[in-house]
Amino acid sequence: MCKDCGCSITDSAGDSHTHKHSHGTSSEHQDAHQHLHDNPQLNDPKTISIITKILDKNDHEAEHNRVHFDSKNVLCINLMSSPGSGKTALLEHLSDFSDFRFGVVEGDLETSKDTDRLKAKGIEAHQIQTGSACHLDAFMVHKALHHMDLDAIDVCFVENVGNLVCPASYDVGSHLNIVLVSIPEGEDKIVKYPVMFRQADLVLITKVDLLPYFDYDIEKEKADARKLKPNVDILEVSTKDEESLKKVAKWIKFKMEMR
Amino acid sequence: MHEYSIVQSLLDSCEDHARKNNATKVSKVVVKIGIMSGVEPSLLQTAFDTFKEKTICEEAEFIINIQEVIIRCNSCQERSKIKNLDYSCPRCKSVDIEIIDGEDMFLMHLELE
Repeated sequence: MCKDCGCSITDSAGDSHTHKHSHGTSSEHQDAHQHLHDNPQLNDPKTISIITKILDKNDHEAEHNRVHFDSKNVLCINLMSSPGSGKTALLEHLSDFSDFRFGVVEGDLETSKDTDRLKAKGIEAHQIQTGSACHLDAFMVHKALHHMDLDAIDVCFVENVGNLVCPASYDVGSHLNIVLVSIPEGEDKIVKYPVMFRQADLVLITKVDLLPYFDYDIEKEKADARKLKPNVDILEVSTKDEESLKKVAKWIKFKMEMR
Repeated sequence: MHEYSIVQSLLDSCEDHARKNNATKVSKVVVKIGIMSGVEPSLLQTAFDTFKEKTICEEAEFIINIQEVIIRCNSCQERSKIKNLDYSCPRCKSVDIEIIDGEDMFLMHLELE
């Protein structure tokens, strides 16, 4: 066999010891080569059927994260929304009303401002700076988990990069997804970003104390969410309204108990 | 713009399969992209064309098949395509449905040389 290219052509002239195979010196070899490559039967492209998810490596890692959370009896919740809809504010306030211990894996392009805010409230938090990546993936979350003491918490929030598009495609290993949408963002966010809201187990409509100042048909938004995901839970939240925050804490507690 | 990281995963996967099959070149890549997978096909195409350079897929033709959302109704067992992103059975209106296809992205076939 030809050692250079692995083809089965050997020159008939000379024995194998003198067959130096500098590939190109023997015209007989080259002719045979040409024949080999021109012969459609020998040169048929091979079509292989695969059918794997394009993100299967991420999904595999996500499952690994989930198993890790399960082994520590920790519920993992992925928080997703556009920038500024109140993910960090929700977590800050939740610490006052929750009777479970929680930690936060924070995703932002730059800075550790959100982590600093949470730490100031005594919440265990680890910042992931994604640089330019528009979403967190399961590998980034895995790395962050090395910095989290899962034995000390009951719930681990993953506060995703503020973005209503990209994070929806990536399983990070969470058990549940909460998607926030705030009143000042305006109407129709749910129908405009359906992939994200399809992922939601709970939709939180935030900053509802601002409703009097905006033309915002909240019932229509809820109907849009339920058309997209009939069994989705929806809660209205305002950080000015303690009862609304207690309800969120109750929802999470319920989900913890049901696992 | 997560299409770039998706293409990176796709190219890695192509590379793996080509190596396993002792191929030196990938001449065709066929993917199935669900309309609710969160991927914009034209951006995926651009990302593929940009990143395939100097990989085993450099000369590969890239075929994107768009997949509508297909559901199966658990009440009347009807299999149907959903319209206007209304996740209910078009026949009996039940919302007790299972998603069969259209929310994921798959690598389907590779043509290797």
